[in-house]
Formats: sequence, structure tokens, C-alpha cells
Amino acid sequence: MTDNKIISSISIKELQEKYPFIINYFSDNKLDIEGFEDETFKEYLDHFSEEDIEEWAIDTEKLMEGLLEYIEQMIEFLGIKEEKAVESLTILAGKDKSGCKERFEEITVNKGDIISIVGPTGSGKSRLLADIEWAAQNDTPTGRTILINDEIPDKKWRFSSNNKLVAQLSQNMNFVMDLTVSEFLELHAKSRMVENEDEVIKNIIEAANNLAGEKFNLDTPITSLSGGQSRALMIADTAILSSSPIVLIDEIENAGIDRKKALNLLVSSDKIVLMATHDPILALMADRRIVIKNGGIDKVIETNMEEKKILLELEEMDKTIQGMRNSLRNGEELNINIF
Amino acid sequence: MNIATFSGPPSSGKTSVILKTIEALKQRGISVGVVKFDCLYTDDDILYEKAGVPVRKGLSGSLCPDHFFVSNIEEVVQWGKKLNLDFLITESAGLCNRCSPYIQDIKSICVIDNLSGINTPKKIGPMLKSADIVVITKGDIVSQAEREVFSSRVNSVNPKAVTIHINGLTGQGAYELSTLVYDENEEIDTVKGKKLKFPMPSALCSYCLGETRIGEDYQMGNVRKMKLGDEDDR
Repeated sequence: MTDNKIISSISIKELQEKYPFIINYFSDNKLDIEGFEDETFKEYLDHFSEEDIEEWAIDTEKLMEGLLEYIEQMIEFLGIKEEKAVESLTILAGKDKSGCKERFEEITVNKGDIISIVGPTGSGKSRLLADIEWAAQNDTPTGRTILINDEIPDKKWRFSSNNKLVAQLSQNMNFVMDLTVSEFLELHAKSRMVENEDEVIKNIIEAANNLAGEKFNLDTPITSLSGGQSRALMIADTAILSSSPIVLIDEIENAGIDRKKALNLLVSSDKIVLMATHDPILALMADRRIVIKNGGIDKVIETNMEEKKILLELEEMDKTIQGMRNSLRNGEELNINIF
Repeated sequence: MNIATFSGPPSSGKTSVILKTIEALKQRGISVGVVKFDCLYTDDDILYEKAGVPVRKGLSGSLCPDHFFVSNIEEVVQWGKKLNLDFLITESAGLCNRCSPYIQDIKSICVIDNLSGINTPKKIGPMLKSADIVVITKGDIVSQAEREVFSSRVNSVNPKAVTIHINGLTGQGAYELSTLVYDENEEIDTVKGKKLKFPMPSALCSYCLGETRIGEDYQMGNVRKMKLGDEDDR
């Protein structure tokens, strides 16, 4: 269909039938099309008087261009589901802050892998995350190159606002909207245009309650969830509803959430998980860890057998502490025999 | 010289984003100067000075900040030329959500933050809708879901813009912005004769001229009344 036709010879009603999503464009741009359904978009815009246009800062040119762009993007966005998914992420070596070549050739992370990132503050973790987010092509200060599925990635990962490569979960994240859990998830599902909204929402709640120590329901306002519940909901929502194939975690606090289950949930939702952490349990849960020094990747260490054994011990200790936490919550007295 | 106009609601992170972007530009040997426009007060010039960035500030005082901007922009450009800058950045606060100091063919960047609420993209006029690049900040403190909803709202009011997420504290994303705002092949010597992307809000009534008394007797010029639904009772 030619661009001009969409704007000037198809009625708004027909457009809506063909592209149901344009209702969002109309509502977000405060365009009340009621009563104009049988007219074209151009005719609709022409009905605004000179005064309306000045009064409400309406830019008719921009609205026409915008509608075409929006339809194009949405078609592409909705089409992504059938496109090839992100199977792997590859980092090709660049330079550290002193200009020396990083001490590895390439790292490939596959769907379902967990990689931890360790290194002192200021060592260049943010830069590594930014390189991945921007799908660097030897055009950032580190000179790294990022490949997706062994190929140079599509530009859309950089510029489109609906297709970001990376979702982030960080320690100081909060919910800021004044909504209940169900309203919140509905809003997110709508923005992602999922078809089976109710089912998806149910799955997220189930998954979140499975992670959190204390259960919550659909009518709870998101701002009154406890720290653990919030984290559980954020992780479940990111795993199930986020469009981004790569999840970047900046520490997960220990309190009120089962971290092993959380990582498993992300991994089983086909995400690639990168996790900046100094918590030994999390770091050792990863298959490999990247050590960052002086702005560059210094080493890639495979978690060895001994470390896996240590992890088991640590998990036992963690279980003991979690158990005590629950006992305290239930008003019980602690008992030395627990050790 | 390159020119870019940064604009955005107060406290959205404009200055942090610009400072981090300048850091990245400086590393490539590009000299940058900033002119900060504000209404009554700003001490952002001190932040720029500390970073070694040539800076001037303009306070609009009793005038509409955008009208003040457009009346001064050519002189500002000449200031940048005199300093031999490679890149001149103007920064102005969008104080009434209707503002838009953008000029045709000059890169325009709107900075807006995740904390401002998901209906904010709807509330902001040409400042957001006619920007070439939309920078979204404070993504590190809201949930992934809110971030996604927010950027999809931005996208539906300005589908043509490039949207980019920047963390003003760590600078994550600022290097990337620096590659989008500066083009070494571009050369602008003057903005004389150029046009604003969108007309600025206008008013010319007795209150513009200093009237303080309230009541219909004192209202002259461009005055309009709200519809409160009781017009028939009169």
C-alpha cells in the first residue's frame, strides 16, 4: 500500500480494521477520531481550525509522517515473533584503558547460559554492558565487536525504542506507578501487544509467587509490595513479558527471594543472562565468569569442580539462614540444633 | 561548527547527559561549549566550568524563556564561532510543556526521565514530538516493565525519533549519543534566516504587560475563558 493512500484515500475505519494497533497512536496523540471514522486521516486532520492547531500545538505534517512510521514499526515489531530468535551473543576482544588488547579472542554466550561479571567498581563493567546494549561494532572506546547469532546485528537493536537488546534488573529499581499488580501487568502486556493477555498475566503472578517468600495477589498495589515481592515480580515480568533477549542483572539481594529459582526462571524463558555480582553464591552459579580489570576483560574463568562443591556448601548455609528467617517471621524461637 | 539544542523538563537530567556526552566528545578531540538557558536561577554553569567547558548562561527573568531563547540564539552562535568551537550545545528547560526551542536543520534532543510518569509523553508538546533524538534517563531506578511501557509511549508520540537510554550517573549510553549528535562534515556559521520547527506559545494580554489586578475589567487582548458548563445560567 502506498503511503499516500493510507493518509488520503482510506477511511479511518478501514485503517483501524487493518491495523487495530493504531488506536494507541490516536489516543497517545490525543486525537479524538469519534465521528470521523468514515473520513480519511487527512480529512480528519483538515477539520482542525487554524486556532485549534495553534491552541493544542498540533503539527499535522508530523502527525501524518508519524502515523506512517508508526504503522511500519508496529508491523515490523509484531513480525519479530516469527523471526529468528537470538540464540547467541559473541563478544570479540577490544582494548583496555591503556590500549592493550584484551586477553581473550572471543566469548560466546548461548541462550540459557549464565555468565557472571566480576571486578572492582570503576573497572569497566558499565562500559561492557553499554557495548552489549549498543551492539558495538568497533565503534566504542573499547573497540569491542558484538555479534548476535554469529552475525553483525541488525541496526534496529540500536535505534528502535521497542526492540532493545538488553533488559536490566538492578538493585535500586523500584516501582513508581500507582497501580495494582494486575493493572500494571495489563499495561505492560498491552504495550507489548501480546494476544493471550490474561494467561500471560496469570503465568507471571504464579512465577513471581513461586520466587517470593510471601505471596501477593492481583489487587495489591505494586508500591506496597515488600522488597522481596517487588524483586520477584520484576524478575518474573522480565522473564515472561520483556521483549529483550538478554537480561543484565546487577546483584540480586538475598532477602525474600529464591535466587536460584529466579535464575532458572530467566534461563528457562530463553534469556541470555549476564550478572554483575560479588556474591559467591551467584557468581558460582554461573557457568563462567568474566573478570574485568583496567577497562578490559582480563580473564574468563570456567567455574571448576571444586567451586561447584563450594557452591553446594554455600547453598546449605544459605538455606539455614533462610530457614531461620522464616522461623522468625512465624514467631518461633530459634534452636541451636539447627546446625 | 555543529550545533545541537537540548531541551527537557526541569530535573530530567539534561546537564548530566550533556556533561557525560561532552566527556566522550573531548576524548575524540572535539571542543565543545555550552549555553544554558533558564528562567530564574541556574547554577549548572558552575558544573560546566568545573568540567572545563566554556559556558554562558542566560536567565529569561520575566520573559517567556522560549521567546528569550529565540531572540538570543544568533548571538549565542556567534559567541561559539568566536571561541572556535567544534560543537555548540544549548540547554534549556521546558518550563510549560508546550515549549520547543528547536530550529529546523539543527539537531534537537529532548531529555525526559522514567520517573516523570507514563502519561508524561502525552502531556509534552512539540518539545518531545518534534525532537530528532529522545534521551530517556533514570532507567536504573525503575522496573524493566515501566521502562518498556514508557519508551513505547514515547514512540507513539514521536515514532521518527531515535530513542536512547542514558544513565546520567555512570554515563552508560552517553558515548553512543555523542556519535549521533556530532557530524564532522556539518558546518553551521549562522542560524539567521533559519526557522523554528514549531511556533512558540503566544499571549498578548494585559497580564503580559504587568497587570496584577483580577477581574474582567482588567483583562484586555488575547484572553480566553474556560468552559465550565454554566454558560447558560448567565
